[in-house]
Order: sequence, then structure tokens, then C-alpha cells
Amino acid sequence: MGFFSLFKKKNAELATSVADRGILVFENTSEVIRAETLLKKGPWRIRVMGPPPEIRTGCDLVIEFPLIEWLEILRLLEAEKISPLEVVPVSGPLLDPVSIFFTKDFGRFLMVRAANMKITVEKETRTVVNISGGGCPDVPYLAAEMIGKSLDEAPAPRTIGHTLCGYALQLAYEEITKQCLP
Amino acid sequence: MFAIIGTVPDEKFPLTCGSISLSGTNLIVDGQSGDRRKVDINRGTPALLATAFKVCEYFGAPPPVAYLIGDIGTGAGSRKLYAHLEKDLPDARFSGLTFHYIQPDVDWHNRVLFAVNDMAERPLMIADAGFMYAAKMSGQAETYDLFTPDIGELAFLADDTAPHPFYTRGFIFHEENRVPELIARAYQHGNAARYLMVKGEIDRLADAGGVLKSIKEPSVPALEAIGGTGDILTGLVAALAGIGKDIPSACISAAVISRLAGELAAPDPGTQVMDIIQKIPESLKAFYARHHLPFE
Repeated sequence: MGFFSLFKKKNAELATSVADRGILVFENTSEVIRAETLLKKGPWRIRVMGPPPEIRTGCDLVIEFPLIEWLEILRLLEAEKISPLEVVPVSGPLLDPVSIFFTKDFGRFLMVRAANMKITVEKETRTVVNISGGGCPDVPYLAAEMIGKSLDEAPAPRTIGHTLCGYALQLAYEEITKQCLP
Repeated sequence: MFAIIGTVPDEKFPLTCGSISLSGTNLIVDGQSGDRRKVDINRGTPALLATAFKVCEYFGAPPPVAYLIGDIGTGAGSRKLYAHLEKDLPDARFSGLTFHYIQPDVDWHNRVLFAVNDMAERPLMIADAGFMYAAKMSGQAETYDLFTPDIGELAFLADDTAPHPFYTRGFIFHEENRVPELIARAYQHGNAARYLMVKGEIDRLADAGGVLKSIKEPSVPALEAIGGTGDILTGLVAALAGIGKDIPSACISAAVISRLAGELAAPDPGTQVMDIIQKIPESLKAFYARHHLPFE
């Protein structure tokens, strides 16, 4: 007998959760096929399916994929010139990415937060001095690659990040770049 | 004995499980197969482990066991780690498990939870960072003893629909004065652990009944900008709970000790977390001098 209430549920019910899945919407079926062929070469569990009723754009097929790894998957598709019309979570196809930014002025330093990600720069030199928040494993990696470099020199998170945390950091990075124009 | 489970930002770092020690600014992991790995403390799970090590050292307690693997966000390392945990945990004996920077994956999360369920004794379960996201998405948050979110992550827990903090809906305000409301909402939707330790300008310990304790002193505003300060707090809680303190007192003590370490480091927003970790022994000494015996 286990410890947790979780185990009152059936294994199969737990194993088929779609809470961390996303949907790629394309303009036509040939793009879906190209994307499917490309993504199946990767380590991801993907499947082609009919779109949920909330999605009113695109063709009759969509691709379900691991939403967390959005940034890496989009980069792969872009490299092959495949552009989805929309990327939405399965759990809420009408949800939008975060669009509110929180800014904190520390005098010599400025910090911007988007969702769970924060980036801080020294205003005078525009040097990235800290990256905090987030929970996906590319956050420490992005911090290691960006800290100590100016906003012009540091790699943009979307070019080396892989996850939704990386994407949130990209938004914070764009916002702080806007606020710290040379 | 308790374990801390997470990743390091180096793709080449192999799966390594074993006891830890510190050497300057590096964490050393002595793997069970005789392999010895070195990793920089300044980022991710190593910061949490180094903090926990310093607490154990202060109390003369055995250090935590580490389960570490390299992952830069592709999820490849995390999936190997999940698979290892599924196999290893049923026969393991730990008083506590703290899960940290791991690629959120609901299916794998559930498989690990099944493995924990097969352990001979139920460990104390703490989740932070990516594993906490997976725990919430799986609908199994109430299985855990403690989550340690910051405000952005608390808003995600409070949003019953969002699959990741990136999708937290705009009407769920991420503001310091709305924290009690967000806590209530997270519990209302079954998306919180038995306790929440919400990290922020004010650290708040809460349960399903609401905020139990707010800690705001000493106040060190620069800490908010410094990456890894949340890992320090989680590392302190994991270690204090690991040596036998109950969760509320571990959380409250950890919040004050981490603030004291921050104050001792006299940081600005450009300070790196290692400078604060170095102050933990001094902050532990100051805290327990003020609060008498370590196990009171």
C-alpha cells in the first residue's frame, strides 16, 4: 500500500496526462507533414491530431508536442523554414504568453521580470550582472553564458535557450534592452 | 540521510550519485561507482547542495546525497535522471527528498512518484523549480510536504489553467501585496503542497489555512536580483528538515538565516550567489547565538 492519494488513480490515467503538452498549428497539411518528419527525428514524443474546437486557424491537422521545450523545437522548425501559425498549450488553447513586465530600479542597476524570469543589468555599462528565477535546466546555463557580457555581446536567450523559461527570459531581455538603449 | 536531486548546466556532466564535499568554489560529488566529479557552485542545484552541506557541517550531521546530471535545457539529462530515480528510489532509504532544476515532464514525474511510493518509509517531499512545475501540472501537488515558489511561480500555482509560469494569466497579479490571495487560490485549486514557503521581499510560510508567518528582517533588497538566492533558502530548509526540524521551524529559521547571510555579504544586485553562500556558516552562528540551542 502506497503513501499517497495519487495512487488511488489508475496508472494509465496518470501516464496519459497532457498538462505539459502544446499544439503547433500550421497553415496547410504539407507543412504539418514536413514538421512531423523533422520532429520525429528528435527525442520528443509528438503526435499528429485534429485541432481542438478553440483553434479556428490553420488546417485540419495539428502537432502535439512537449510544450516546455518550445524554444528548441521552434528553432529547429525555423532552420527548415517551417513556421507555425500558432503555438498553444493543450490545457488552454486560448492562453497567451505573459505580456506584463515588472521593472525595479536599483539606482546603478535595473531589473526586469517577465513571468518567473528576472534579468538585471548595470545601467552604465549595459552589462548583464544577474539572471534569476525560473525552473528549467537552461536557466543556469543561460546565466553562465550571459552574465558578465554587455547586452550587445550576450547571446539572446532565444538563440541558446531551449525551454519556456528560456522564452520568458527572452521577453525580459528584449524589455530590458529597450529600457537600456545606449 | 536526505537526498537532493537536480541538474548542472554542463551537457557532459554524467549521471553521478553520491556524497558531497566542498573544495573552494567547487562542489565535489563522490559517485557510488568510485567516480569523482567537480562542478562550480555558482549556478543551479550545486548552489542548493553547497548550502545544505554547510548547514550539515555546522551541525556535525552527515551531508546530503546528491543525484546530479548535466542538462542545459534539452531535457536529455533530466530524462536519464528520471529513469534512474524510477529504478533506484524503491530500494533507497532517505528521510527526505528535495527535487530541484529538472526539466518538467508530467509522465516522468508520475513515474518517479510511483517509485517513491514503493520506498519502505515515506520521505519528506520538497519540490522547487522545474520539478515543482511538473508536480503542479500532474495534479499531485498535495502529495508534497513543501513547495518553495517565488512570486512569479506562486502566480503559476494559483492559476489552475497555466501549464507553465510563462502562461500565467494576466489577471493573476504577481504583486507582493497580493501574495496571501495567490496562496489561497493555489490551495483552492489543489495546486499547493502541505506547506508553501513563498520567497520574496517578504518570505511567507503558509498552509491551507493561510499565512502562518511572515519574515521580512533583515531586509536586503538587492537579494531579489541575485540568481541563486532562492536556491540558498531551499537548501537551508532541506538541510534543517533533513536533520530533524519540523517544516514550519525549518522554513522560518531558513528565511532568517538566508537573510542574515545576505546582509553579511553586503551585496549589490551584481553580487554572485557564491559570495552569499560563503557567509552561511557565519549566519548560522549568528542565528543560533540569538536563538540559543540549535535544536530548541
